[in-house]
Amino acid sequence: MVKFIGLRLLQGAIVLLAIYAVTFFLVAMTPGSPFSSERAIRPEILAQIEAFYGYDKPALERFWLSLVNMLQGEFGPSAVYANRSVTDIIGEAFPVSLQLGGMALVIALLLGIPAGIIAAVKRNTWLDYLPMSLAMAGICLPSFVMGPMLALLFGIILRLLPVAGWFGPEYWILPAGTLGLVYAAYFARLTRGGMLEMLNQDWVRTARAKGVPERQIIFKHCLKGGLIPAITFLGPALAGIISGSFVVETIFQVPGLGQWFVRGALNRDDFLILGLTLLFAALIVVMNLLVDIAQVALNPRLKHG
Amino acid sequence: MALLEVSGLTTHFHTRNGVVRAVDGVSFSVDRGETLGIVGESGSGKSVTCYSLLRLIPEPPGRIESGTAMFDGQDLLQMTQAQLRQVRGKRISMIFQDPMTSLNPYLRISTQLVEALQVHSDIDDKAALAKAIAALEEVGIPEASRRVRSYPHEFSGGMRQRVMIAMALITDPDLLIADEPTTALDVTVQAQILEIIRQRQEKLGTAVILVTHDLGVVAGTCDKVNVMYAGRIMESGTAEQVFYEARHPYTRALQKTIPSLQKKGQKLFTIPGLPPDLAKPITGCAFYPRCPYPKVAGPVGDVPVLRDLGNGHCHAECHFCDSTAPIESVLPEDLAEDAVVGDAAPAEGGAA
Repeated sequence: MVKFIGLRLLQGAIVLLAIYAVTFFLVAMTPGSPFSSERAIRPEILAQIEAFYGYDKPALERFWLSLVNMLQGEFGPSAVYANRSVTDIIGEAFPVSLQLGGMALVIALLLGIPAGIIAAVKRNTWLDYLPMSLAMAGICLPSFVMGPMLALLFGIILRLLPVAGWFGPEYWILPAGTLGLVYAAYFARLTRGGMLEMLNQDWVRTARAKGVPERQIIFKHCLKGGLIPAITFLGPALAGIISGSFVVETIFQVPGLGQWFVRGALNRDDFLILGLTLLFAALIVVMNLLVDIAQVALNPRLKHG
Repeated sequence: MALLEVSGLTTHFHTRNGVVRAVDGVSFSVDRGETLGIVGESGSGKSVTCYSLLRLIPEPPGRIESGTAMFDGQDLLQMTQAQLRQVRGKRISMIFQDPMTSLNPYLRISTQLVEALQVHSDIDDKAALAKAIAALEEVGIPEASRRVRSYPHEFSGGMRQRVMIAMALITDPDLLIADEPTTALDVTVQAQILEIIRQRQEKLGTAVILVTHDLGVVAGTCDKVNVMYAGRIMESGTAEQVFYEARHPYTRALQKTIPSLQKKGQKLFTIPGLPPDLAKPITGCAFYPRCPYPKVAGPVGDVPVLRDLGNGHCHAECHFCDSTAPIESVLPEDLAEDAVVGDAAPAEGGAA
């Protein structure tokens, strides 16, 4: 197990290096620069700015320098926002996204997994059709439709909740709810599929023939295997959900990480783009590793394979 | 009174293609300590009969339409789910066909073994585990105290079927239903598994219903035999009666298919054609379209009733049941030689 984790961490490091290199050179090859603007800047000032940010050196050298900095945990300055480093920006926005995503994930799991289990156990009854139709709707409705709908209902019509900002618990409900419902729909469908597969196995019949109560069949015999599809999805979902949803954060004016992905790209803020890409990639690598460990823990057949 | 008295058991599956009459009015009984064999081709309703007894058929589409199954004075088919759970695994246990898929791959052998005990009695974990290890030793699993901690995938097919037997018998049930317990295993292991079932049965006095399509197995192990075809019993009686005094053409044709009883160098005998489509109502003898005997009188109009010969030997009514002569002597010369291996076209034409 230790060997497995070590190997996967090594693989992860290589993946991150490759992603960093590809992103760096794609950004470097993109026409224009962070410092081009509508206003004419005097060439000597531009040269000074470029020298300050290291843009006077060739790309290969810049890549090497930034890699060394990166390994020391220094993501560099923002090329657009004066006196702010990429680390500052991430340090400010990431906790917000982490909190929003964490709450959304709790909602998604608490709604999606029980709904999936109930739908599988009561298949082809209204307890299956109703949550599954809702889940289908949740998957089909993009969050930029669901978000405004919820805001309209709870914020404007019922006047129960604020529709924008991030100032206290009542502000958290709508964005976390919107993001959570979308993921809940996926978890419900995946859990239903996984549980149905388990409930149709021969060994469920064996358990019934032993006189095992139905509740014990569901939770003791089927849950472990039935959760595997949902857990496989959890890795990428988790990385996506906590690194901020641009759409949800924009609708509800949440000062999270999501907006910076877009602003970084639009402003040609090279260091910010690199920093965010690397953060997102690292999250995915770590989450997938955690998922793999969870799968080995759940499925004894993988332990010896 | 018999331990289990089944009468008129009828199980249908309501599918999109119509009602499949998987079991169509089956009656039999099993005494304590006795072994009943149920033989027949694939799809003859052997397994569905067994699953119906413990109500393990998926409902829907399956439904037990009628009949009774009196087990020790109680009708299994009328029990509530709670009553049924008290019987399942405690008084009637079951072994399934494919040991590779019948054990839960996510749970340790020990967990699955003690489960049956713990569901049915207030036994503490330690005592239950000790009983589980003893049960594994009884079915011949070496190093049982270590291997009880294993997962099913660490065991071979034969070993897993031993675990299934240990699991089924750990509660000392009155009746063991073994649904083709050796079909998925290779021949040497088959013999071992049957021997283990026989030994345990002798020691515990368990009654056994053995479902199989292997007539050799039946001859070697069963006291009584039901021959099933198209969801009905064609012939039943003691093993001696069914093997040496077979009356019904289907039983005789089945016997003729045993490869080791046929002459070397000859084409193997097979019963021409396929079992009938159970989604269509069958009037008359279900075997008539495939019957290798000459079609002298046409099919019997209604569902043939079982005729009791007075000594426990029963068979479905048929024109050819009055003699016990082997199949060759009844057939015309050319049929006996090779027509029986031929195609089924003329026979099916006769059915229409």
